[in-house]
Amino acid sequence: MAAAGNRRRSLVTAALAAPAALWLGVFLVLPFIAMLVFAFGRRAPEGGYTPAFTFEQFLNLPARSAAFLNTLMLAPAGALLCLLVAYPVAYYLAVRASPRHRLVLVSLIVVPFWTSLLVRTYAWMYILGSRGLPNLLEMIGISDVRILNTPAAVLIGIVYGYLPLMIMPIYVSLEKLDRRLLDASADLGARPMSTFFGVTLPLSMPGVMTGTALVTILLLGEYLIPQLLGGGKVFFIGNALVDLFLQSRNWPFGSAIAVTLVLVVVVVLTVAMRIAWRFAGTRRVDLV
Amino acid sequence: MSKFIKPITAAELTAEFMRLKRGSVTRRHFLGVTGLGMAAAVVGGRAGSFVREAHAEDLGTQMSFATWPNYHDPASFEAFTAKTGVAVEVNVFGSNEEMLAKLQAGGTGWDLFVPTNYTISTYAKLDLIDQLDLARLPNYDPTTETARFTNEGIIDGNTYAVPKNWGTTGIASNTSKMKTPVTTWKEFFELAQTEGTGRTMVHDYQLTTIGNALVALGHSFNSVDAAELAKAEELLIKVKPHLFAINSDYQPGMRATDAWLTMCWTNDGAQLNRDMPEIAFTLGKDGGEIWSDFYAIPKSGANKAAGYALLDFLMTPDNAVKEHIANGTPTTDSRVLALLPQEVTSNKIVYPDEASLSPLEFGAAVTLTDPGRAEVMARFKSA
Repeated sequence: MAAAGNRRRSLVTAALAAPAALWLGVFLVLPFIAMLVFAFGRRAPEGGYTPAFTFEQFLNLPARSAAFLNTLMLAPAGALLCLLVAYPVAYYLAVRASPRHRLVLVSLIVVPFWTSLLVRTYAWMYILGSRGLPNLLEMIGISDVRILNTPAAVLIGIVYGYLPLMIMPIYVSLEKLDRRLLDASADLGARPMSTFFGVTLPLSMPGVMTGTALVTILLLGEYLIPQLLGGGKVFFIGNALVDLFLQSRNWPFGSAIAVTLVLVVVVVLTVAMRIAWRFAGTRRVDLV
Repeated sequence: MSKFIKPITAAELTAEFMRLKRGSVTRRHFLGVTGLGMAAAVVGGRAGSFVREAHAEDLGTQMSFATWPNYHDPASFEAFTAKTGVAVEVNVFGSNEEMLAKLQAGGTGWDLFVPTNYTISTYAKLDLIDQLDLARLPNYDPTTETARFTNEGIIDGNTYAVPKNWGTTGIASNTSKMKTPVTTWKEFFELAQTEGTGRTMVHDYQLTTIGNALVALGHSFNSVDAAELAKAEELLIKVKPHLFAINSDYQPGMRATDAWLTMCWTNDGAQLNRDMPEIAFTLGKDGGEIWSDFYAIPKSGANKAAGYALLDFLMTPDNAVKEHIANGTPTTDSRVLALLPQEVTSNKIVYPDEASLSPLEFGAAVTLTDPGRAEVMARFKSA
């Protein structure tokens, strides 16, 4: 009886997991294997791929070290800035806002997703270009400010584009916060600041870590924002990949970089999760 | 305060968005940079309500066309749809390299596309395009075409592509900002590091950016010599910190006066100068590029009948004139030239003196596939 029940249960599990497994197998695992094979090949004379077994693509990786370095600095920096902006917003939404307003405010954060990021980022080209913000600054006497096509512009674009993804997990973890803990802290004589750093912040750490990991990982593959707001001068590894596949048609080198990027993401993810677990103590950390 | 130094208004932003939606943002770029490359706009729309002409062969109801931004009059496609009942899906691309990459990968579905002169032989060699059946193009007349612009479409006596128009790659300079006139590519790269620092743009495209750097150093626009390319890379990397952007979508930057100096194609030069007379367009006295764009039919086309029909429609002088007036790119066809208004044919940006064209070079096929040039460009961008 028990054995039959177990078997049925595992069949149900298999049936439920099958669509996802099939999807991941066909669209993630197989392409990754193809990419790995390409990475050891050579570029065909007219572009594309010729079978070979060589490490020359991996040996050529230093030719893109600037792009890797840019990405590895600006992606965490962007995530950190996002966090600094997102936390107060999430805190206000979860703790301060009246329940009546909360739904409206949360929807307002989601509303920008209704328009393509491409169009919204294109708008930032005008806001940061000299007809926009620098022109306003000139009116109050600060002249010759250049923002567009600098790392600062890319960071602004990143914070704007990824803010909702950071706010949501923090908001969720703060919403679950038991208010009585705050009252108890105050009751025991803690000032608001120490209640925040001693109670609220540690309890919201899972949300903070989830948001930071999510935004950092997505930023490691970012292409659009540096392309439009960096003017081709602030170059992410995603931009290097697009150039290799769509301009140079150097599939093997592009594959080698893509494989390396995946490895970098795995390392970053592992480190981030380690830190998250340490901060969050024994609590589970939900990614995404 | 010039009318261009103003925060963008809601109406302007909407207009930009509409341009973007139509895929008519400046030549060779906007959608290219997005990597989407295929922000397709179905021009024309539902055909059922139009009266159709009887056709000997079934043209279907839909076709796909790949071209450059800002390169057509949308009314042409509407007229074609009204005439034939075929809606045209327009795919806008950022570079020849990208078009080639898509065709090599397969599954584009294009029935007609617009490659540049130096790519045709590679497409033919890779068996990616059809040899054209000129009997299906009654409105194309090889005898009225200018041979120097059309010869790269003909390989071993067989026509693989017919010309759309020609043009040049010169220098656009905002003369109200740049006091020193620029006449050569050597000066272009010098000024980029001095008067034009932080205000200069180069193309996001190996052919012209590397080619013009080579010209500035006294080499051929088409060089693939390793030593010469290394010198060009050195120059480009030295100039890079002074650049405003590496971007083939230079019209917005020049119009906003974020940029004062840029590499510029004929049609963009004509459009910029028309709207902002202080922007001058000059050809490099030391060299640079002269090009012609062609129409070709991909081997993989799904509705080649409609591809031929649209090509023949666009080759008809009456339609070609409208296209010319809309995009400002010089024609290769004497029938079209005869129909153009005098203010177009006398525009020295569009139809420069023959003498100023003589130092220019057509892009060479080898540059498209040379791994050295591709890698120099990629290193320059990721430096």
